[in-house]
Order: sequence, then structure tokens, then C-alpha cells
Amino acid sequence: MKARVFITLKNGVLDPQGKAIHHALDGLGFKGVNDVRAGKLIELDLADGTSDSDIEDMCRKLLANTVIENFRIERLENA
Amino acid sequence: MRSAVIVFPGSNCDRDLAVALEQVTGRKPAMVWHKENALPDGVDFIGVPGGFSYGDYLRSGAMAARSPVMRAVKEAAGRGVPVIGICNGFQVLTEAGLLPGALMRNARLSFVCRPVPLRVENSQSLFTSAYENGEKISLPVAHHDGNYQADDATLDRLEGEGRVAFRYLDEVNGSARNIAGILNDSGNVLGLMPHPERVIEPAHGGTDGLRLFEGLLETVAA
Repeated sequence: MKARVFITLKNGVLDPQGKAIHHALDGLGFKGVNDVRAGKLIELDLADGTSDSDIEDMCRKLLANTVIENFRIERLENA
Repeated sequence: MRSAVIVFPGSNCDRDLAVALEQVTGRKPAMVWHKENALPDGVDFIGVPGGFSYGDYLRSGAMAARSPVMRAVKEAAGRGVPVIGICNGFQVLTEAGLLPGALMRNARLSFVCRPVPLRVENSQSLFTSAYENGEKISLPVAHHDGNYQADDATLDRLEGEGRVAFRYLDEVNGSARNIAGILNDSGNVLGLMPHPERVIEPAHGGTDGLRLFEGLLETVAA
């Protein structure tokens, strides 16, 4: 079983990397980009039967820093 | 004073910290590898050094904060043993939950490596007793992820409880309220981005860092 964990900065947390990407997009002439936020995607290959709460535990204890980041788990049942 | 310096894969200021501690205490610190489950008996000071532990993978300090030795460091900190985290060590202590907030990428994205002027905001702590309150000192910084952030309630609490130990006099990395170093609620854990261990003799260009270790020795030995 596979799962994906999306880690994003909380609203209101300044994202210097997102800002730099935004500037670079502007520099390339892409107009109409209002904002850019950069995050992380972590793919987990898990033993069958790993519960949602196990994955949440992994996120809280290591994968995300919940002081500044949110996480969202997506299970890929047939992967 | 019997001190210990924690060593992670990727630490690179561990020896500088050991030299500073030996110079001040007259005793070589125990160098404790991250895989150890316990600290040597009788350790009464712990240093978590700068560097790039685990290559800064995931987040700076994230892996190191979960290594076996950090359980022993947390337990010792809980008993009141003084712990200092310098640069990457500060990042490790926030990731380990020993200090509030987080250290993010510098606001202007650049690696900052230069001496910076600081103000000692609280000279009553274990670590700052050799400084005057409000004294202006200079310590070098060398970091990419030194942008200290916490929510407003946490920042207000740090300020109100005298837990901001050092503040940048100029904008350095985007840190909230120009915070350079903070104390935990019992005052025995200090995290700071600048490197006191790099300015302990005149040949280093200054000795403002030396007094941190001297003050610490005086308070721990007292």
C-alpha cells in the first residue's frame, strides 16, 4: 500500500522560497501569478494494514513540523 | 564542570565548542555520538553544536532531534541540566520540542556569514550572567536557516518572561522581532543562532563569546 503525504506551510507563515519562485516566474514573463507557496511531497510504501492513525503519527512525530506546517495524507489503495 | 558535546553526522562546530569548553573549564568535554542512549555520569552541562546534521534533510535539525541521544538530553534538560544549542544545535532543540518556535529559511534566501551586532536582553540567565543587561556585543553568524518564527502569543510570552536572551541589532535573517536566542521556561536551555565558541580569543577578532562560557562556569560551579 502506498500513501502520499503533502506538507504545506501554514497560512500566514512567510515562505521565502515561494516568493523567490514567484519572482522567477515574473522574470520569465508569466503574468497573472498571484502567489506561490512551496511545499513537500513524501511518498510512503507501507505494509498492508497500516492505519490512518499510524500515518498521522508519523506526520506529527517527524514528517511535518506542526509549528509551521500542515499535512494532508492521501492513500493510494491499489498502488 | 563536567560537560558533554553531542556529535551528529554532519556536525562541524563540535570541536570548536569542545576547545572553548576546555579552555574555560580546564577539562575536556565528553564527545557523545548521536547513537548513544545515555550521557556519561555526572554531566552538568550539555552543548549541541552547529553544523549540518544529517545534511539538513527534511528540515534543519529534524533528524538529529529524533536520534537516540536526544532522549537522554531531554531527560537531563528536564532535571535542570543546562543545555546550549548553537546554530544547528538551536534548530535541533526547537525540533526536539525543548524550545518553542521554528527556524526557517532566511528571509532573503541567502546564507548569512558575518559578525553581527547583538544586544544582551537578559543578563540574569545561567548563560548570560557575565554580560551587562542591554550590552551590545558582536558574535559571528553562519547560517541559511536562522529565521526564527513563532506565533504572536508565543513571542509575547517569550518577551514578557525575559526569555529573549539575545536580539539582533540589525535585520539579519528575517527573524520575528529580530530574535537571535531564546531560553526555555525554566531558563536552563538556551538556543541561539550566533556562534559564541568562534570568538573566544583576541586572534579570533573578539572575545565576546568567551564570557558566555565563563558566566556559565561561574553559575554551574556556584
